[in-house]
Amino acid sequence: MNPVIELDGLGVVFGKRHILQDLRGTLNGRAIGLLGPNGAGKTTLIHTLLGFHPATHGTARIFGEDITTEARRIRSLVGYMPERDSFIAKMTCVHFVRLMAELSGMPPDAALERAHESLFYVGLGEARYRTLDTYSLGMKQLAKLAQAIVHGPKLIILDEPTNGLDPPTRLRMIRLIREIRDSGEARIMLSSHLLRDVEECCDEILVLKDGRIAANCNLEEERKANRKFIELEMRGDNRAFAEAVGRLGCEYAFTNERRLKLVLPEGVEIRDLYKIAAEREVQIRRLNYKRDSLEDIFLKAMEGGDTMVEATATPSATVAATGGNGNGSL
Amino acid sequence: MAVYEHGYKPYTGSLTPEWSRFLILPRHAFRDVFRSKFFIAFFALCFLYPLVAAILIYLHHNVNAIALMKLDLRELVPINASFFHAFVTSQCSLGFFLTVLIGPPLISRDLANNALPLYLSRPFTRKEYVVGKMSVILILVSLITWIPGLLLFLLQAYLEGAGWLGQNLRLAGAIFLASLVWIVVLAVMSLAVSAWLKWRVVASGALLAIFFIPSAFGEIVNALFRTRLGHLISLGAIMNSLWRGLFGLFQRQTGQIEGMRNGRIIEITMLEPPLWASWLALALICGLCVLLLMRKVRAYEVVK
Repeated sequence: MNPVIELDGLGVVFGKRHILQDLRGTLNGRAIGLLGPNGAGKTTLIHTLLGFHPATHGTARIFGEDITTEARRIRSLVGYMPERDSFIAKMTCVHFVRLMAELSGMPPDAALERAHESLFYVGLGEARYRTLDTYSLGMKQLAKLAQAIVHGPKLIILDEPTNGLDPPTRLRMIRLIREIRDSGEARIMLSSHLLRDVEECCDEILVLKDGRIAANCNLEEERKANRKFIELEMRGDNRAFAEAVGRLGCEYAFTNERRLKLVLPEGVEIRDLYKIAAEREVQIRRLNYKRDSLEDIFLKAMEGGDTMVEATATPSATVAATGGNGNGSL
Repeated sequence: MAVYEHGYKPYTGSLTPEWSRFLILPRHAFRDVFRSKFFIAFFALCFLYPLVAAILIYLHHNVNAIALMKLDLRELVPINASFFHAFVTSQCSLGFFLTVLIGPPLISRDLANNALPLYLSRPFTRKEYVVGKMSVILILVSLITWIPGLLLFLLQAYLEGAGWLGQNLRLAGAIFLASLVWIVVLAVMSLAVSAWLKWRVVASGALLAIFFIPSAFGEIVNALFRTRLGHLISLGAIMNSLWRGLFGLFQRQTGQIEGMRNGRIIEITMLEPPLWASWLALALICGLCVLLLMRKVRAYEVVK
């Protein structure tokens, strides 16, 4: 089966400015997160994939179709939800979604039927006969999602879908994205600067920085690899505790005086840590399984850069320069 | 993705032919256009002249009616090239005002609401978008210009009998071509204005200004320099020359005036610009409009 997106030395130049430079890689995830600080080139990459901007160097393929020669075919496979407010004024929502479905090639009757269905699906069923200019921001975002999925595309590109949404609407949007992902009928590419959104929806990420790929990895595999990754917050003789867990075969690192990160080897359980803590009269105030390392990956990709990225729900992961023997890193 | 199922499903049904998709835009635009009562009233008014012309053609061939009116209608209003030229001129003028009503919001509304990425992220090109928007004007103005014009021509051919159609086939071509050229000019011009001016009122005003201000300026040039070359910057005059040319009524010499040269009074012949110059001027206007249009109709504008 063809990969979802193949980047083959893709570059985009506006004037003398290199916006995207030599992007290479293969993206296969069910939901691909496109991350990066503002100005990293996320939206330009999406626009180039959609054929809005011509590629200056190299090319890319979506489901094996080249973006430079098969732009029309690609656009029939893709549904796009733009970042900014995009709609047609003085139109009811159902009329708007129907028009978009017809432009994707659906006959008028089928387009109308699918417009109703997709609006019910995103939760705008009751408001579908209202004109779009009377919609709230959250409703407009959902209407944009409805028009992106109305023709049943194989790839749905969502550019900042949770921008400006209140928490309940954001949760609804995330739930819809996950439902579509889990249906297996469409792949998703989600561009966001909110790590939390990507973390909740995506299984693969592509991190861009200054128009280049800073990281490309499979989050599922990272999560599996980090199953035994634990963070502890302690009071007492932390050094002695750390040396003792080190003797059990744990790799560890202090993130600050009271916080310790460690990886449990096979055969070592949590209760062993409590035993050691009790023996050394150390209080374990907090113990977290670090479920994923998205923020780690992102920060590493940014090389500690000063980004405007919102923190994830998981604790901070500034890795200290000590390891199992006090010298490595995690 | 049925309403009751609440699950995402791809579409597996049939698709419309790609070539026909530009027609989706006028179909949806007409809904909006015919919502205005003022527009409907004006549109209905545009059929008054064709109705009167049809009655005239009918009366022309009704001996009883002519006898009853005690008028020699055949000499008063002859059905010839001038008759159809007057028809096209009148209907095309109404077509201009129709375009002023419907043209300005066609693209500006999409630009103001950032809708172009939605159109262009589908299997729908920029050219199809522009042609689709042009079709709104093309279809509506066609309904009041060459379509009734050709129907009148056919009515006259039917009533006049054998021979007339063959002898005057050129008139049918002239009706069609004269109207079509004007409609294309109107469509391209109004879309270009619509793409650059977001406010409807301003765009309507700009369309009127584009038509009338250069005409006035051209007349000033003509008066100052005792020439007719000023007509090359007047859209109305250009079109009038072309229409006359198509109907075989064009005359370069449009009068003589007296002027002074070396202290002597001489006769100066006023010559209209040649037809090729009018065609060239029109092509330049259209080219400029298309350039302006394509510059603005993009999914996203790259700001330099």
